[in-house]
Amino acid sequence: MDLTTFLIQLLNALQYGLLLFLVASGLTLIFGIMGIINLAHGSFYMMGAYMAFALTSATGNLFVAILLGIVLSALIGFLLEWGLFSRLYKRDHLDQVLLTYGLILMFEEIRSMIVGDDVHGVRIPEMLSASIQLSETLSYPVYRLFMSGVCIVLAVLMYWLIRHTRLGMMIRAGSSNREMVQSLGINIDLIYRLVFALGVTLAAFAGMLAAPVSSVYPGMGNQVLIICFVVVVIGGVGSVWGAFVAALLIGLADTFGKVIIPDFAGLTVYLLMAAVLLWRPEGIFRRI
Amino acid sequence: MGELVLAARGLSRQFGGLAANKDVSLDMHRGELHAVLGPNGAGKSTLINLLSGDLPPSGGQILYRGQDISGWSPDRRSRAGIGRSYQRTNIFPAFTAFENCRLAAQSRAPRALHVFSRAQNYDDLRSAADRALEQAGLAARRDVVAATLSHGEQRQLEIAMVLATAPSVLLLDEPLAGMGSEESQLMVSLLQKLSADHAILLVEHDMDAVFAVADVITVMVTGQVLESGPPDQIRSSLAVQEAYLGGGEPDDE
Amino acid sequence: MSAAIKTPRGALLATLLVLSIFPLFGSDYYSELLTKIMIMAIFAMSLDLLVGFTGLVSFGHAAFFGIAAYAVVLVSPQYDPSSLWLVLPAAVLAAAVAAFVIGLFVLRTKGIYFIMVTLAFAQMIYFVFHDSPLGGGSDGVFINFKPELRIGETQLLDLGNAAHFYYVVLLLLVATYVFLRILLRSPLGHALAGIKSNEHRMLSLGFPVFLYKLAGFVIAGALAGVAGFLSACQFGFVTPEILSWHQSGNVLLMVILGGMGTLNGAAIGAFAFVVLQEVFSALTKHWQFLMGTVIVLVVMLLPGGLSSLTQRVRRLLVGGGSNG
Repeated sequence: MDLTTFLIQLLNALQYGLLLFLVASGLTLIFGIMGIINLAHGSFYMMGAYMAFALTSATGNLFVAILLGIVLSALIGFLLEWGLFSRLYKRDHLDQVLLTYGLILMFEEIRSMIVGDDVHGVRIPEMLSASIQLSETLSYPVYRLFMSGVCIVLAVLMYWLIRHTRLGMMIRAGSSNREMVQSLGINIDLIYRLVFALGVTLAAFAGMLAAPVSSVYPGMGNQVLIICFVVVVIGGVGSVWGAFVAALLIGLADTFGKVIIPDFAGLTVYLLMAAVLLWRPEGIFRRI
Repeated sequence: MGELVLAARGLSRQFGGLAANKDVSLDMHRGELHAVLGPNGAGKSTLINLLSGDLPPSGGQILYRGQDISGWSPDRRSRAGIGRSYQRTNIFPAFTAFENCRLAAQSRAPRALHVFSRAQNYDDLRSAADRALEQAGLAARRDVVAATLSHGEQRQLEIAMVLATAPSVLLLDEPLAGMGSEESQLMVSLLQKLSADHAILLVEHDMDAVFAVADVITVMVTGQVLESGPPDQIRSSLAVQEAYLGGGEPDDE
Repeated sequence: MSAAIKTPRGALLATLLVLSIFPLFGSDYYSELLTKIMIMAIFAMSLDLLVGFTGLVSFGHAAFFGIAAYAVVLVSPQYDPSSLWLVLPAAVLAAAVAAFVIGLFVLRTKGIYFIMVTLAFAQMIYFVFHDSPLGGGSDGVFINFKPELRIGETQLLDLGNAAHFYYVVLLLLVATYVFLRILLRSPLGHALAGIKSNEHRMLSLGFPVFLYKLAGFVIAGALAGVAGFLSACQFGFVTPEILSWHQSGNVLLMVILGGMGTLNGAAIGAFAFVVLQEVFSALTKHWQFLMGTVIVLVVMLLPGGLSSLTQRVRRLLVGGGSNG
């Protein structure tokens, strides 16, 4: 592999890892704070991608589609928490697994009923459709750089939110002691609803961002979900920082795995997980 | 005095920056009941958890019959003969008292691969379980589901389960807490009987009981050993009186 | 333990009787459907050993089912029927070995980690067969000749024959059930029940908990292998989808909906699931939507958790069946 190819792969790995982080951070936040294991989280990613497709077709502009999609997915998250998930906090994991498994089936079929089962592409906006020439034969698309940039900005924002804002403080407190926070007169139900909506929006946003690159296809959510589980297992359940590191590791493992052992490309990520399990069964980092 | 069975040497345990146990050394001999006293937060439960393997030590050594077992897992220590009871009742709530003890006894004779035999048909396990229930004064409640036993009875079951494993060392974390006076008396006399051929470590808040049964008393304060010796020495020790017996109410840890 | 539910013997015998004579009267379609249900019942009971009796919620049980199915493909000769003597043990062994290796990893974790890690490992196995040419890749592979049972020159059983196959499945279903019942009252079974109830105390009583869980995991994997073997024989076709996470989810669903920790419940769950699947898919191509709705409603409308319903149902069943 020459230097330019290596650079391109590195950028791809980074972009994939950062995207995974967006999805996985929502998953790990929702688990870490509310104690909910949400199998339907991948469906929100799929939902986002399909929103990007449908809304871009309708409005003709990806950015407008994304803005609308963010509002929609936050609303969906809010309503789901209010109608379903808020009733699950005191149930055991088995009920949560079951309910969210039921939701996956429903979401997937709703998608099939509305949009059908075809694979769709989403056009990259004109202003980001260029490529940067790296060598005579190799170039790197601007849109991918744009994706990585947006993800980094969001990661920084999230760090700031959790570390330095009142909401973040409440989130951290809520994760350790629900009753205590409630007794301070803080509306924990609202916080949970917001966090859940945030998680859904992050996953959906990742889906929208990825739609032009990955195209839009049935089952895309479940693929991401399982990889996100691997991210969370490696990073440590409930740890956003852990999810960040693990997502980047997986981005690297997956991208370079495809280059080094193309026949078993799907496996590298899981081998990485197996290695981490031997070393630290509870993930590299624990808690937020 | 019997042989030295279990010994802590400079044992310590940190939780974050806090030293729950600091340089604790003590000896447990066969035929001796060794009581540990101390105010709330003195590190008594931590000490038991270190000896039983529920917590790994941050430093120091645990010697069992001369062998360093600091790195052993709890189940390995238990199989070697170190039995423990818990301060908070820790039983199998859905099983009967007898089944709790029979399962405990089964751990001595792991028969994991005997897939085709009935667990209930092992006479040795049954008699070990019944003996343990008898000793702990629960024989009459043998077939009652553990969850429906009274709190005091659950405490008795807690002890019976340890006894069913036929340990040579007993680490008892407040066995009398929550027991009625009749049950307490029974337990105290059981402890006296057991101390003849066991090495017992007793963490207990009931002073009368401790001074009645203990051969050696170690007083701990803020994770460290303040003084250790026979009951008379402890009773007359100025340091102990100042730090513990005189000052403040002893309370639950 | 001995306080466990008394199995309604009358109901069991009646079920067995119906199953034994069904092919004589029922149509081919229903016999085939029943065969499928029985295979799924074996699969669900094997998972119940983990979920219901040991407290290990595995979301990757399809891995062992699928590995056994692929073992059938890999062991079968291309142009001859394979021998049942060879294929069944090979399939079960493959599943057991996989369960042993995967168990070494996943059993280091607990609770929610365990759910996620079992799912991930099953997905890894999925990719092994999906990406590699080992078993026909993503297209799957046909088994040209079903296994047969021969002694000398005489063919005793031909799994390609629907009636033969039906009774082999029934026999293995009964064998699995009886085996699990015996296992559950053995010392190992009691230790697993102890682990489900209070793992921490089991450790401090001196049980090497990890080894016991591993034993349970391997046995459950091997039994899932029996089901996987039968499934491969029934359809004569194996694709990576049989070890997809949907398959793991569905079998978990059967166990939970039917009632965990009862064995009978797992079989009832398998029956209900396959029938629902059949009914719904006759109604609409979006049958999974109906299935999902049923699941969501069941979870939401039973505030005491699912166990409340299964207990209620169990009480009904026991009350009605123990007299018989």
